[in-house]
Amino acid sequence: MSETATRADGMRRARGRLALYHVMLLGSVFAFWYLMTEPLLWSEEAARNTAFFFGKPLIVLEKIWLWFASGRIYEHLLITLIETLLAFALGTLGGLGIGLWLALSPTASALADPYIKALNAMPRVILAPIFAVWFGLGILSKVALGITLVFFIVFFNVYQGVKEVSPVVLNNARMLGANSRQLLRTVYVPSAMSWVFSSLHTSVGMAFVGAVVGEYLGSARGVGYLILQAEGSFDINTVFAGILVLTAFALALDSLVSLAERRLLVWRPAQGETEKL
Amino acid sequence: MSAALSLSGITVTFTGDAAGKNYTAVEDTTLTVGAGEFVSVVGPTGCGKSTLLNIAAGLLAASAGDVRSLGQPLAGINRDAGYMFQADALLPWLSAFDNVALGLRYRGVDEASVRERVEAWLARVGLSAHANRYPHQLSGGMKKRVALAQMLILDPKILLMDEPFSALDIQTRQLMENELLELWSADRKSVVFITHDLEEAIALSDRVVVLSAGPATRPIGEFAIDLPRPRDVAEIRMTPRFVQLHTEIWSAMKDEVLKSYAQSQRA
Repeated sequence: MSETATRADGMRRARGRLALYHVMLLGSVFAFWYLMTEPLLWSEEAARNTAFFFGKPLIVLEKIWLWFASGRIYEHLLITLIETLLAFALGTLGGLGIGLWLALSPTASALADPYIKALNAMPRVILAPIFAVWFGLGILSKVALGITLVFFIVFFNVYQGVKEVSPVVLNNARMLGANSRQLLRTVYVPSAMSWVFSSLHTSVGMAFVGAVVGEYLGSARGVGYLILQAEGSFDINTVFAGILVLTAFALALDSLVSLAERRLLVWRPAQGETEKL
Repeated sequence: MSAALSLSGITVTFTGDAAGKNYTAVEDTTLTVGAGEFVSVVGPTGCGKSTLLNIAAGLLAASAGDVRSLGQPLAGINRDAGYMFQADALLPWLSAFDNVALGLRYRGVDEASVRERVEAWLARVGLSAHANRYPHQLSGGMKKRVALAQMLILDPKILLMDEPFSALDIQTRQLMENELLELWSADRKSVVFITHDLEEAIALSDRVVVLSAGPATRPIGEFAIDLPRPRDVAEIRMTPRFVQLHTEIWSAMKDEVLKSYAQSQRA
């Protein structure tokens, strides 16, 4: 076997081992949870108390299984997903547009600066009740909340991206004959986009937070609504089941972002990257 | 010989640092480049060579003086000129192909003819096999070749080059210098080549202009280089005439280099 093949093999084995450790860690957390909530190590009463506060893992898993088996969860997941994606798309577009505009127009930027800072400093979750009044209890109020969370992340990154365009690259494009529209399209936007993509993980996460918090504060559908319902009847197992489903869902969204990032930012050098010729 | 580029009585004063002091980078400088002439501008570090080039490119406006490009007074970016930068100036998000195509696309050239011309230029600088690579996947020398093709594809009458090869190792650099001479001799554009390396200046040029140490830089000497062409930049350094020219120009430059060094020590 050649040396490179051996090394690739070794790396694959190391990755496999790591995945095994990941599963073992998760397994031991569940085992610990199980032991603490069953009358095996300590008294029945202590176990019951623990189960009251933390739920029982087997029942939680059973709830999740029933949700998916009966198909009841899909409607709620779909709503949460739509809210997340809408908030993400609209927030990103708004942040991109306004970020570009303010970064390229010193007057507008000087004028807007204190207000942008104030809006960003404001804890925006408190807007949720207002949005509920304005937009009702449907998906719009959740999308609006998500947008206020996503917008600022994207906005600040775009602003930074435009400010950090290399002056040499900019001068080069100008010497090659770019007019201001072409400069925007070929220099400013791509530079800003690389910053937007590096904040994508955060902004998708924020859109998700906006959706779930919005549902939790008042809605008729969505995973946040399921959790709210369960909490109202002290059904701690369903609450935990909802949390687990949301977490898995957030992880799935995050890996979709990683995939998009890898495809769209091929031009960006990775640290210590070597390439097969 | 008619002048392709003429800078006359150029003064550049940058306004106000934090202390409100003005800084005069270039003072009353006159520089003329004939059609088809290869002129190198040498001078100690920080003497305002790049400032002068930016004036010629129209990227910077002079405080006083007159800039003419192909006989016309210059307003804004110099459309007759191509500029090759010292630092990496390729757009990192475009492949080598798209970088070379950039200027043509800015001009709205139709895509079929863009493809044809870019492929021809990539072949000419020996990068056909790397057309789809991004700048970070190219070596320093390859990036300079892309930059050269990016500039030359627009067929500018005047080439402005700001220490374009200074970041390259010595072997790659000599290869690039020879390549530049070969490309240049094909259609004899007017060149202003900025460098701090006197040997490079002599090996490439028809004329070498020596600048004084900054601030308030001005030309202090001009030397015609009568070495025969075509030249091989590595071999020509061994000839007696080269050594003679080098000694002559160096003796004019030495005081300025020492002055500039003394200033940098004080600062």
